[in-house]
Amino acid sequence: MWPNKFDYQRAESVDQALELIGDEGKFLAGGHSLLPVMKLRLSAPEQLVDIGRIDSLRGISADGGLTIGATATHAEIAASGDVQSMCGALADACGGVGDQAVRNFGTIGGNIAHADPASDPPTVLVAAGASVNIQGSDGSRSVGAEEFFVDLFETALEDGELITSVSVPDLSGQKTAYAKFPHPASRYAIVGVAVALSMDGDTCTGASVAVGGATVKAVKCAGAEAALAGSSLDDAALNAAADMAKADIADWLAGDVAYPESYRQQMAGVYLKRAVKAAAG
Amino acid sequence: MSTRIFGSGIKRREDPRLITGEARYTDDIKLPGVLHMAVVRSPYAHANIVSIDSSAAEAMDGVVAVFTGEDVDLAGIPTAWLIPDSDLKTPEHPALAKGKVRYVGDGVAIVLADDRYTAQDAADVVDVEYEELPVVVDPEAAAQDGAPQLFDDVENNIAFRWVMGDKTASDGVFNTADVVVRDKIVQQRLLPTAMEPRSAMAQYNPATQELTLWCTSQNPHIHRFIISAVTGLNENKVRVIAPEVGGGFGSKIPCYPDEALVSWAAIKLGQPVKWTETRSENYQITIHGRDHIQYVEMAASRDGKLLGVRATVYAGMGGYLSTAAPGIPTILHGLLYVGPYMMDSVYCESIGVMTNATPTDAYRGAGRPEATFLLERMVDMVAKRIDMDPAELRRMNLIPAFEDGHEVATTLIYDSGDYPAAFEKALGIAGYDDFRREQAEARGDGRYLGIGITAYTEMCGLGPSQVAGAVGFQGGLWESATVRVTPTGKVQALIGASPHGQGSETTLAQIIGDELGFPVDDIEVIHGDTTETPMGWGTYGSRTTPVTGAALAKASQKLKEKARVLAAHLMEAAVEDIEYADGSFSVKGSPDQSQSIQDVALMAHLAWNMPEGMDPGFEESQFYDPPNFVYPFGTHIAIVEVDANTGDIELKRYIAVDDCGPQINPEIVAGQIHGGVVQGIAQALCEGVIYDDNGQLLTGTMMDYTMPRADMFPNFELGETVTPSPHHPIGVKGVGETGTIASTPTVYNAVLDALTPFGVEGIDMPMTSAKVWQAIQSAQS
Ligand SMILES: Cc1cc2nc3c(=O)[nH]c(=O)nc-3n(C[C@H](O)[C@H](O)[C@H](O)COP(=O)(O)OP(=O)(O)OC[C@H]3O[C@@H](n4cnc5c(N)ncnc54)[C@H](O)[C@@H]3O)c2cc1C
Repeated sequence: MWPNKFDYQRAESVDQALELIGDEGKFLAGGHSLLPVMKLRLSAPEQLVDIGRIDSLRGISADGGLTIGATATHAEIAASGDVQSMCGALADACGGVGDQAVRNFGTIGGNIAHADPASDPPTVLVAAGASVNIQGSDGSRSVGAEEFFVDLFETALEDGELITSVSVPDLSGQKTAYAKFPHPASRYAIVGVAVALSMDGDTCTGASVAVGGATVKAVKCAGAEAALAGSSLDDAALNAAADMAKADIADWLAGDVAYPESYRQQMAGVYLKRAVKAAAG
Repeated sequence: MSTRIFGSGIKRREDPRLITGEARYTDDIKLPGVLHMAVVRSPYAHANIVSIDSSAAEAMDGVVAVFTGEDVDLAGIPTAWLIPDSDLKTPEHPALAKGKVRYVGDGVAIVLADDRYTAQDAADVVDVEYEELPVVVDPEAAAQDGAPQLFDDVENNIAFRWVMGDKTASDGVFNTADVVVRDKIVQQRLLPTAMEPRSAMAQYNPATQELTLWCTSQNPHIHRFIISAVTGLNENKVRVIAPEVGGGFGSKIPCYPDEALVSWAAIKLGQPVKWTETRSENYQITIHGRDHIQYVEMAASRDGKLLGVRATVYAGMGGYLSTAAPGIPTILHGLLYVGPYMMDSVYCESIGVMTNATPTDAYRGAGRPEATFLLERMVDMVAKRIDMDPAELRRMNLIPAFEDGHEVATTLIYDSGDYPAAFEKALGIAGYDDFRREQAEARGDGRYLGIGITAYTEMCGLGPSQVAGAVGFQGGLWESATVRVTPTGKVQALIGASPHGQGSETTLAQIIGDELGFPVDDIEVIHGDTTETPMGWGTYGSRTTPVTGAALAKASQKLKEKARVLAAHLMEAAVEDIEYADGSFSVKGSPDQSQSIQDVALMAHLAWNMPEGMDPGFEESQFYDPPNFVYPFGTHIAIVEVDANTGDIELKRYIAVDDCGPQINPEIVAGQIHGGVVQGIAQALCEGVIYDDNGQLLTGTMMDYTMPRADMFPNFELGETVTPSPHHPIGVKGVGETGTIASTPTVYNAVLDALTPFGVEGIDMPMTSAKVWQAIQSAQS
């Protein structure tokens, strides 16, 4: 509860942030993942570079798709009309993060950079086919969400790189949903399932599915997608998709004493069905 | 006719300062020159200390001193409940470990520094070399031959073996009974989680040789007594102050090493010393509750007469015997084995076992929830076995109403009760018969509803001192209070007990206001300072309202008698002609002549015109030693729905009918029941300490340890019956723990009732969705 000693600087621009960060530094956004681990002395960065006041990292814009600034908070994303219409699942996921205080401070950039396996936004970003825009001292690049999340607390970010924004395609023509089974203590996801469905009448012409919480990272579920595509989302299709989802994540399972892997895997199936029903309904 | 202040649901007077953050807790008190203490704590659950190198810490800027167990010359921290006839061992509990650590968090060294960060940084660089030893956390495993031994002088880690009842007689009942049901019940460890973590600050004045200790205490007079014993200071040179205390639930009863260490360091260094635990420390070193493994059996006749209960209990004590620990799984547990039922045979063998875990001690309900749980679990199992409705089985076995004493097989004499009335009232609110129909229909639709019922009574208002002595409690259990009225007619009520969130400043003022007619706003209840307040044994065991309340009522009654005589004298009337109403004395037949209580108080202070033989002043003190415990009772009912796909439990309704005698303040009673019910349900559904095999605490933060939250609960449906205690001056009983005592089995049984179609026989608590789901799968396969 008493962090080790550290220096603190506030950056005014992305360039300045990249300059200040150094080898032992860490960017500070909302502080809701970083400060708790520092207080428990599990992490002891020597320097924090606060990116919270950099204008270019803020805000949400909609122009054929969404560009969500790295320091947009969960609360801002949940409340954004543009996000609600272009990717409702993301607004729902952000609206279900932690509690109100966490949503008011926590940012999407910090959330995905931290890459907690039980986080909510990554699962939706993977299902939505979003990409992460990254700036380093050598220039900028964009990485698809699926490649961005590598493993437990591990991303494609290199040391010293900054996430500037996240791009989310306009999915207003699809039906999206995020179904979450929250951990009763932390309220992080024991399981979270995101779906984006293309519908032609009652027929699902294409599906995108991702599972998080039950896994070390957000995992795209090709098997479940195939089981849904072409179906009328009847019980048989849902059961098949649930079984496929469980298989899709089999190599990536995560768990703990209270909620073991086997349980989470089964719940991924249950919550897949709930997500599809919520999207279609 | 005026409305009585007794019985009125006025708002808690302490709340504005608590809600606005104006209240001052121990950690808020700032002293110039204060040093901050950090404790170097063992990362191992069981290890020998090979060496301690504190040179790097000592060299740091701002570090004043580092001390180890070899430096600290304090007497061991005592155990204060020495239960008799149990072959009790009280292994030494040094304030800092000497040579060996026995649980993760055991203190090894202390660092004193100018600020808190430096203290923590320096503690991190104290280099302790350990030699790891085998670890045992499970109390039953620890009692077996060959288990790792915590103390040389505690064979098989068994600190005590306490037996209640006649084994031969009990065996006879069980050998001949039609039906015997049995179960192994695990009462998991719980974290008390008071909102305010523990804190202690000590200041020593060498000129007067006085030590002042501010600390988070439920019983500052007991803390004074123990601090005096461990430091060697005379008790009259120790002042213990419990400022605002933010909850305790039992965890602030014990005297811990930390309080002793700040005291010792303040004396040694001549500077004030402060320590406040972090939440991580709170979870690691502040006592845990429960930790029983119970092998329980109940005997019954085929037609549903309950004949007897017997149990063997392994109670985990942790690495040391905490202050009251031995009394919890014994006296406060076994004596409740009859519950509210007509049952003639009881037998309990309770084995207290040292384990490589945090010490356990009293946690809300302390022993009585564990007893009520096993009884109610058994009753449901009997009902199932003989195929009788569980409500009907309870109904036919409840002790009929009694008004003045009913002796039961555990030797307790229950004071008063009308269990059937509370039971029928609860069933009525729940609509029990309709529910059974609804449940049957829902099952047809693949929905799993369940109902659980607990009928309970419990012993609280601890509780005559003679009994305390007989059961080895190293103290009395009376309380004392002074009602002091100032010349201007304002009241200071000084009490030895030490409330810390219960609303006693309000309820106790209502008692005085009711007796004497002072407005509640003119009455201050002063507590928590051993120099300012008279002796008392503290706030726990639902005893402050029954015991301190009785002392205040009697002191107030004495004052009223004095006032009546003085008023008669002032109005030149005969005492028999004085009438009292609403704080005013008047002469029978001449209503225009009157003296208010305030007038009388002023005249008693001025003493210009006192009756012959009456001393001046307007103040009375009263010691009160209760003649018996008080026995609140009631019936709780829960209705749940289980989602068979996930194992998720939804609590749909919760009904609590409690009888705590006449309610002084129904709002506060409801608040106590709400809080207690939530804590008890949390044991059933979500709270539970998990250690790994190495004794590492896996539930060390609130991210892993599931505290109950408001959104888990429906609106509680409360009801009451009112049965006064015959032996109490104003008839009241305690209500601080009833919610916790009754609610755990209620919800547990409701969940198992819901799972009947699956044939699930039992699930270890907490019944998380993962465990419920797994139980359904296992039962089906
Ligand atoms: C009580 C609680 C409950 C929570 N519940 C949930 C939940 O239910 N679901 C959920 O998804 N999350 C949950 N969270 C996590 C929350 O969403 C965090 O806010 C989020 O994970 C981190 O965002 P932040 O802005 O606070 O990041 P910070 O804590 O400031 O930073 C986190 C990490 O990301 C790095 N970082 C930050 N911004 C950038 C950037 N732009 N570029 C590169 N690196 C960066 C930092 O250096 C640091 O390593 C919870 C947190 C708490 C405290």
